[in-house]
Amino acid sequence: MQEKVLMKGNEAIAEAAILAGCRHYFGYPITPQTEIAAYMAKRMPKIGGTFLQAESEISAINMVYGVAGAGFRVMTSSSSPGVSLKQEGISYIAGADLPALIVNVQRGGPGLGGIQPSQSDYFQATKGGGHGDYHLIVLAPASVQEMADMTVKAFDLADKYRMPVMLLADGTMGQMMEPVALPEVKTAAVEKPWAVTGTQMKRKHNIINSLYLNPEQLERTNFERFERYRKVERDEVLYESYLMDDAEYCVVAFGIAARVSKNAVKAAREAGIKVGMIRPITLWPFPTAALAEAAERVKGFLSVELSMGQMIEDVRLATSCRRPVALCNRTGGMIPTPEEVLEAIKKLSGGCEA
Amino acid sequence: MTVFEKPKSLTDAPLHYCPGCTHGIIHRLVAEAIDELGIEGKCIGVAPVGCAVMAYDYFACDMVEAAHGRAPAVATGLKRAMPENIIFTYQGDGDLASIGMAETVHAATRNENITVIFVNNAIYGMTGGQMAPTSLPGQVTQTSPYGRDVKTVGYPIRVCEMLAALDGPAYIERVAVNNVKHVKAAKKAIKRAFENQVQGKGFSLIEVVSSCPTNWGMTPEKALAWVEEKMIPYYPLGVYKDKDKEVEA
Repeated sequence: MQEKVLMKGNEAIAEAAILAGCRHYFGYPITPQTEIAAYMAKRMPKIGGTFLQAESEISAINMVYGVAGAGFRVMTSSSSPGVSLKQEGISYIAGADLPALIVNVQRGGPGLGGIQPSQSDYFQATKGGGHGDYHLIVLAPASVQEMADMTVKAFDLADKYRMPVMLLADGTMGQMMEPVALPEVKTAAVEKPWAVTGTQMKRKHNIINSLYLNPEQLERTNFERFERYRKVERDEVLYESYLMDDAEYCVVAFGIAARVSKNAVKAAREAGIKVGMIRPITLWPFPTAALAEAAERVKGFLSVELSMGQMIEDVRLATSCRRPVALCNRTGGMIPTPEEVLEAIKKLSGGCEA
Repeated sequence: MTVFEKPKSLTDAPLHYCPGCTHGIIHRLVAEAIDELGIEGKCIGVAPVGCAVMAYDYFACDMVEAAHGRAPAVATGLKRAMPENIIFTYQGDGDLASIGMAETVHAATRNENITVIFVNNAIYGMTGGQMAPTSLPGQVTQTSPYGRDVKTVGYPIRVCEMLAALDGPAYIERVAVNNVKHVKAAKKAIKRAFENQVQGKGFSLIEVVSSCPTNWGMTPEKALAWVEEKMIPYYPLGVYKDKDKEVEA
């Protein structure tokens, strides 16, 4: 068995990124993700990489844009208010079809909000965030091990589809320590003939750009980009199905909410309620087919979220509102307890207790 | 015998600039400098948002189109990833001195080994002539129709003087392109700014005092005279910082 090391989630992301071949990191201090920058500041100079603390989140994401344009694996990380600032750059990265990793270790909002864990950037991550027609692939880890594994996967997906990928974690995932088997990376080098590395006087110049003044050309480019997105939706959906075989009720939760919910599902089973859970691992593309299929069999859904209820809209869309979808949520940095989720499951199933 | 040639570092794409605009001259000076230093093959330019937004079509080297004001950050990324390449930005006054001021100042203070060509024509040209951070006191623009009132909107920013106060940057010079003598001096300064990067000296910025006949509402000839009579007195030409000299002194 592979040796495991005890790591914080944030550190696992940083080390996995290095293992995945990322040698360029740009960031700006913000709680609760600062360990990523601190780790990179220590490691990058030792391995010939770049760590640069930018003057702002906006500059950091534009440095990422530059390095991504040159074809190198590159990342930035931040937390909610900082990720809002990065949205302009993310839109340009998507518009120029560049691969890059953006990590959001979410905290409570809106505004300056708080520094405790949250999932209230779900809309921002999955519905666009910045301006224009584009998507990010959004990965939602639920353990420190997944923080590491999905970081590697994020770089592979970004290169494969030439698009930015977001790792959507939260303050709990970033701060908690768990044993991790660091991923063995077998990434084949991806050809990037579009990259700006200098013509060497051997080819016509490459241009990294998102400007199309001709609307027909811009429309065509957007259509082509969405053709690629259709492939992502077809081939890259990931989710975990837990005790769903005979389930009459289905909890839907991701990240830390799924960890809490799993305990609640176990407790509900002990209380005789046939409940299971679908945990979206990719938030975009969303596991729509799995939820639609579940809607054929279950009597109701419970969306458990650390927000005022954002993913619940995608659950309703995926199930075409054919079954009731209830919400169990805490927000502002609060996390529901397994007991709270269990109560919500009981309420949904008609109640076993008075 | 060839007496006049287009620089190799310019493409054949027709320039979209207005008649009498000096962007064409400045593009040519940049391209000549790249040609003469033999660095086209490893050059990467970063275009701004503004009149020069389509500079990526005009320079024959690899090009990146940056978001408004972000060119120095994009150039920083490129240079850090590829220290052997030559990275330049080409930015206007709104781009560099307003929305991108933080990027400009911090790239300068890091002494990022890049070359910045800063075209100051005291107006937002592309969007139709709004007040710029470098518009002169009293200057009439679309958004200062009664003239720039320094009591309500503040004073123009002298970028060279401001950046020269930093310890970081290697070379800061202001030039103009309103007559032959100034064009020749501008050429020398721009070439120097690229040479500095080749030699690893660090951040070099050349501010080029430029004209905008269309949005100033002047003939090209009058606009060049206005550069001489109004712009240059407010933005004196010269070398504002030269680390080589500081070492000698």
